[in-house]
Formats: sequence, structure tokens, C-alpha cells
Amino acid sequence: QVRNMATLKDITRRLKSIKNIQKITKSMKMVSAAKYARAERELKPARIYGTGALALYEKAEIKAPEDKKKHLLIGVSSDRGLCGAIHTSVAKTLKNEITNLTNAGKEVMVVGVGDKIRGLLQRTHGNYSLLTFKEVGRRPPSFGDASVIALELLNSGYEFDEGSVIYNRFRSVISYKTDEKPIFSLETVAGSESLSIYDDIDADVLRNYQEFTLANILYYSLKESTTSEQSARMTAMDNASKNASEMIDKLTLTFNRTRQAVITKELIEIISGAAA
Amino acid sequence: MDDVIRTRRQLPHGLCSLAAARGTPGAVVPPPPGLAPPRAARSSLPAAAAMFRARRLLLRLATRPLLPPPHARGYAEPAAGPAAMAFTFASPTQVFYNGANVKQVDVPTLTGSFGILASHVPTLQVLRPGVVTVYAEDGTATKYFVSSGSVTVNADSTVQVLAEEAVTMDMLDLATAKSNLEKAVSEMAAASDEAAKAEAQIKVEANEALVKALE
Repeated sequence: QVRNMATLKDITRRLKSIKNIQKITKSMKMVSAAKYARAERELKPARIYGTGALALYEKAEIKAPEDKKKHLLIGVSSDRGLCGAIHTSVAKTLKNEITNLTNAGKEVMVVGVGDKIRGLLQRTHGNYSLLTFKEVGRRPPSFGDASVIALELLNSGYEFDEGSVIYNRFRSVISYKTDEKPIFSLETVAGSESLSIYDDIDADVLRNYQEFTLANILYYSLKESTTSEQSARMTAMDNASKNASEMIDKLTLTFNRTRQAVITKELIEIISGAAA
Repeated sequence: MDDVIRTRRQLPHGLCSLAAARGTPGAVVPPPPGLAPPRAARSSLPAAAAMFRARRLLLRLATRPLLPPPHARGYAEPAAGPAAMAFTFASPTQVFYNGANVKQVDVPTLTGSFGILASHVPTLQVLRPGVVTVYAEDGTATKYFVSSGSVTVNADSTVQVLAEEAVTMDMLDLATAKSNLEKAVSEMAAASDEAAKAEAQIKVEANEALVKALE
């Protein structure tokens, strides 16, 4: 196969398109930087709130008994891409967990928060999907969103015994880690032995408390996830802009070389034509 | 156990009766909530248990709030529970206290209002609309209005009050609260189906609590 040397027109076209792309990625980076600043600011109180909500599970060391069958996995991500490995890391953890749990003989259902999770799991693990939540990631998450998710979960009719929320925990601007936090059903918590040291709990109060804690944990994971996503998008767009500038530099050099070659060829044609 | 005697003295008299009504399950004498759960003492040596019984006798004598109980401190004994409360009070958007050391917290719950001091019995409660009062170490009281939420008191004296919405009292306006209450009452009267009625009822309760807190 003989490939023609790129003409000036081809290079010009490519250069123009890459310059446009660079403008877009730069502006996306600015937007994510602004959203990230806001998300990180809101994460600070949300983190304390979330650790407060999880404190009971940690201090009382509540564990579901081994023979309980029904498990629930909630994968928290978002609708929009171009943020690096955010969605794939959550989906990978979900897939591993599904495999482990089904091998252990448990029944698993998956709830996806964010359209990307649904897309990534659809082909291979589509039959495990219980609920999907869309329109995630457009606006910063609020407690109202978390309570909507909790409400739908409780109304879904799937009586899970225990479960976990898989989300991306924000560590720093350049790093995040996929993390798992446990959730328990009302029966598991009520039946747990360490709960007997807690005084004066009746079933109604415990149910209210459990539902509220579920919403709290979801809120915390949503906040962490958004911050990780915005920082990852910022990094990804920054890298894309850098790559684009590299390509622009290289292409500009090629363009100049090609231009000079074209001029030299014309000159030679003229000179040899004149000589002939 | 001396931290217990100390906290017992600090309980304002009005709250004694409310607090005493709660009591600790399985205790012979219904002690005030400041008393560390007897379980820690029961698991120790018989000598310590006997000393504990003697202490309880001393406490029974000390329940008359006029006489301060004598300080008979044994320096070799550890305290029965952490003497300081690590208090966390937060809403989803704002943190008021994080692991702070405060003296007492009054919370309004679905089963009634009660005060929490260090070494309170572990419990889980759900908040109803009302006022949370925090008494700092130096005695100053700060009030917050909360809409709903949960209270967790753990065995190691950590207290988490998580409110869905919490504001300081100066952010609230009595006139607006009263007009909201009237609107909510008329909404409840006009409500057609169960769900709308329940929602209107919640509004009425919340606004009533708001008005009561501000008056």
C-alpha cells in the first residue's frame, strides 16, 4: 500500500480540528474545576455527617449472620463520561462482588445510581439489575436525592438482608479509591446481639432510624462520588488538552516542512521547466 | 464512679424527674441517666462489685439534691465509663459540633424530650421537630431547631445527633412561622386523600413546634 504524503489541505484540516478539540477540553476542565471546588467544600460537612451515621454499625459491630441469602449492591456513579476510570472501577468492583456472592450461593440484586453503571453491567450482568437512577451528575447531589433513592429502594419489594454501597471515595485532587460501605436490613440490626445494650428501642423507632441511616449513607456516598468524579474529569480534560497541544506542535512542524517542500517542488519545476 | 457523682450533682432539678423516668433496665435502683451502666462494674472482681454496691448506697443517700455527696475518691480505680462525651451534631450541609466535649445535650425525640450527659445509657432515638439545647463545659446553652433526624448514644460515650435540617434560633422568624402554621392547618382541613392529609399533618406538627420554640 502506498500512502500519499499528506497534502497541505489535509494537515490544515487536522490542525483546525485538533485546535477546536483543545478549546473544548480546556473549557471542560475549567467547568469541572469550578464544580470540583464546590463539591469539595460541600464534602467536608457531609463527611462528618456520613461517619456519624456509620458510627453505630462500627461501634456495635453489627454483622449479618452467615446464612442470610439476600444481598443488595448499590453502585454509585453518574450519567456523564469523560472522567477517566470512575465508572469502570465501580462496575469492576460490582462484577467481582456479584461473582463472589453467587459463588457463595447468595442471591444478589444490583441498584445502579447513574446511567453509566446500567450501561456497563447490561450485557453480562443485566439480569441482576433491580433499579437504575438517571439524571445523576448534572446538579450537585442533595439530601433530597438520597432520600428519593432510599424510598424507592424500600418500596422496591426486594427484602435484602444485608448489602453494600460501592462508591468512589475522594482522597485528593489526583486520587480516589473505590470503597465499600455496609448497609443492613431492619431484621439484621434488630436481631444483632450487640444491639441489646441499646436501651429502650421499640420496633417503630428502629425502623425510622434504619430508614434515616440508609438515606444518610446514600447521601454520603453520593457526595464522595461527585467530588471524585469532578476531580477525575478535571485531570482527564487536563491531560487531553496537554495531548492536544503536543499534537498541535508536531502537526505545525509537519505543516511547515510540508509547506517548504511544496514551495521547493514548485521552484524546481519552474527552474527545470525554464531550463528545458 | 466519682464522675457519676459529679454529673448527678450537675443535673438541674427540673430534669431529674424526666430523666429518672427513663432509668436503666435491670438496675435495682432507677438511677439518673448520668450513671454509668452497671455492666462494667459487674464484670469486674467481687471486691470491686462490693465497693460498687457500697457506692450505690452512698448514692441513694445522695439523691436528696440539697446535700452534695461526699467526695470519697479511690485513685486506684478506673472510671466506669468515659467521663467525657464526644458529641457530634451535624446536618447534611453543616456541622455544628464534631467530637466536642460538652456537658449536656437536650434532645426532642418521638418518645419525649430527654437530656444526655456523659456515660448515658446507649440508645437509639428518632428526633421530632423541636429544639436541641447544647450545654457547653462552661455552662452556656446554645439552642438549635431541628426538623427530624436521629440520635445515637454509644457505649463509649460518643453521641451522634444527625438532623435532617438544623438551624440556630436566630435564623427563624415568629411571624412567618405563625402564618405557615395557619396555612398548614387550612391545608389539612382541605386535604382530600390520606397521603395529602399525612403530609399536611407533618407540616402542622413542624410549624407548631417552630411557633412553640420561638415563643
